[in-house]
Amino acid sequence: MNSAMNSAVTPAIEIRGLTKNFGQAEIIRGVDLTIAPGERHAIIGPNGAGKSTLFNLVSGMFKPTAGEVRLHGERISGLPPYAVNRRGLSRSFQVSSVFTNMTVRENVRCGVLWSMGQKYAFWKSVRASRAVQERTAEILAMVGLTDKADLPAALLPYADQRTLEIAITIAGGPSVVMLDEPTAGMSHSETARAVALIRAATAAKTLLIVEHDMGVVFGLADRISVLCYGEIIATGTPEEIRGDPRVREAYLGDEAGLEAAQ
Amino acid sequence: MTDTALSPALGPTRSAQFRDRVLPFLAFAAVLVAIPAFGPSRTWLTLFNSMGINIVFALSYTMLLGRAGLLSFGHAVYFGLGGYLAMHLMAAIPEGVWGVAGVFALPVVGFAGGAVAGAVIGWPSCRRAGIPFAMISLGIAELVASAAFIFVSVFGGEEGISGDRMKWFDPIAIGGLEIDFTMGPLGDVYWFIAFWTFLATVLMYAFTRTPLGRMSEAVRDNPERAAFVGYNPQQVRYLVFIAAGGFAGVGGGMAAVNFEIFTPENLSLAPSGFVLLMAYIGGIRYFAGPILGAVVLTWMQSSFSAYTEAWLLYLGLLFIVIVMFAPDGLAGVVARLAKGVTAPGAAPRLGRWAGRTVAALVALTGVVVLVEVAVRWSGGYGETFEPFGLPLPADEPITWVLVGVPIALGLTLLRLAATGDEP
Ligand SMILES: Nc1ncnc2c1ncn2[C@@H]1O[C@H](COP(=O)(O)OP(=O)(O)O)[C@@H](O)[C@H]1O
Ligand SMILES: [Mg+2]
Repeated sequence: MNSAMNSAVTPAIEIRGLTKNFGQAEIIRGVDLTIAPGERHAIIGPNGAGKSTLFNLVSGMFKPTAGEVRLHGERISGLPPYAVNRRGLSRSFQVSSVFTNMTVRENVRCGVLWSMGQKYAFWKSVRASRAVQERTAEILAMVGLTDKADLPAALLPYADQRTLEIAITIAGGPSVVMLDEPTAGMSHSETARAVALIRAATAAKTLLIVEHDMGVVFGLADRISVLCYGEIIATGTPEEIRGDPRVREAYLGDEAGLEAAQ
Repeated sequence: MTDTALSPALGPTRSAQFRDRVLPFLAFAAVLVAIPAFGPSRTWLTLFNSMGINIVFALSYTMLLGRAGLLSFGHAVYFGLGGYLAMHLMAAIPEGVWGVAGVFALPVVGFAGGAVAGAVIGWPSCRRAGIPFAMISLGIAELVASAAFIFVSVFGGEEGISGDRMKWFDPIAIGGLEIDFTMGPLGDVYWFIAFWTFLATVLMYAFTRTPLGRMSEAVRDNPERAAFVGYNPQQVRYLVFIAAGGFAGVGGGMAAVNFEIFTPENLSLAPSGFVLLMAYIGGIRYFAGPILGAVVLTWMQSSFSAYTEAWLLYLGLLFIVIVMFAPDGLAGVVARLAKGVTAPGAAPRLGRWAGRTVAALVALTGVVVLVEVAVRWSGGYGETFEPFGLPLPADEPITWVLVGVPIALGLTLLRLAATGDEP
């Protein structure tokens, strides 16, 4: 997927000169990034580099200090989160953010409702729409939570909560999916399962993922951007990133991570 | 995915749904219909009618506090404005046989009044949740209540406005049938109250099952996440606020017909606080909680206030106990009890609970003696508290023994029970 440079295709995400200051602190310092439709793009960088902040800016949670974000050519920076979501961009959170008092099924259904045109309806049951029910069951089956569908979300083991987080994120059938450290805190086998799930769930979608596990990043991504102190210091294919001396120097320091990825 | 693999996973079965969602309402309807069969006295009918009104009011409040997570200190505003609108319309309904139907339908007018008030007032106040929302609701309650005292032509000043629900005085002949239902006698009003209580309860329950109702709980739990699945949390809160205002207005309309009088007092802070207590004491996490709370508190209000001046003090005490020891309210207590009976190891558990209840009751006896003696002493009329014919003047040692010993004993027993649990 190297069509990002091909100007004939409208990019799925286009970030231009994006800047975010918190008071005096410049957290994001002029980020430019273009992501093609269908591309799987990973963002890596040390803790505190601004990866989650970048996600918050793109998804509408924060208003940028300067710069703009376009989704399929349409400017979305400045729009509130729900408006961004309705345009087909959905995100997950680094810290699981589910509806803890609801069952797993209800969580997923909340993710489905708007996209199935249910809106703010108060004259019909949530169960009235067979399409909603089926879509919910389909998502549950896809992520492997069918058996736990009627448990309260708060009672799920950690890895399942992360899975539910992904399920809610993809439930509305977004064209662009943003995942913030989806495998953080997972065991080896749980990570492998999560990666398989991410692959399946984001097939034919554009994926923007923040991830610390280099094995995951180099296995999954078509292209990688390295964010360091609020700036993107390199963007390229996994090979290019692996060979980039600035990356080795600025971020990876020890070569173990890169070696592990090979 | 084949269809057969999908169908069992779609949700609870029909029979489970019937048991959980239909059966309780059938039972509720059966109770409402059965009550007149026992030939209740006027006092009881008056009490039941008030209970019905308060059930609707408390359920509407729970749409905000329980479901949407919005703490309002001014919910009586919508009850009151809906009620006032119903009062004015009641006055406008001409005498005649159709007047009976008109008066019967007044809760619909109350709904409209409450919903419109909610739409106007909710517009600025639903922008924020949490503490700002609570503070704004308090300010608005003060504002509306004082405005009500000022605009005498609409609200009738301190005396309020009164009306007459009776528009027809003879039995109504429909075909060959003679129906003696004029909305005049308390017994007729009971059916009116029962009808609207049931209908409003069903509708408010149904609301919790709609997309908007479900998303209001999602917004309560996690507004940020709700926004990232496409819902505008402010819009969700606003729409729920309008609905809650409307149903409060239904209660107001019922009250207008029942009491035939509305005063600015009805939309002041006092009833706003009372509805909070009903909902919270009943249990805001359970749909039936506010119903239970409304029944218990209405009963307390009417019966305790006849026995003791200090009934509000007991109400406050109950509220504090619930907040501290049973935050899920009376409904939560009932649910735990039911679980405790069916779960394994029931006998020792129930024994422990019974022991604690006894200890708490012992302590309560001392508190009651203290309160009653103090109330009479501070009244200054030389009245003496005489439970079961035993006079307990404030200056007799026996009185203070009856205060101190039960409180000390009860608390010690509770303490022992608590440490016994911990090893
Ligand atoms: N709302 C905020 N207000 C102030 N500073 C913030 C805020 N959010 C993030 N930051 C700061 O921005 C920096 C980048 O944080 P973050 O984007 O979470 O990093 P990463 O996800 O790359 O680990 C951190 O130094 C953090 O303290
Ligand atoms: Mg982060």
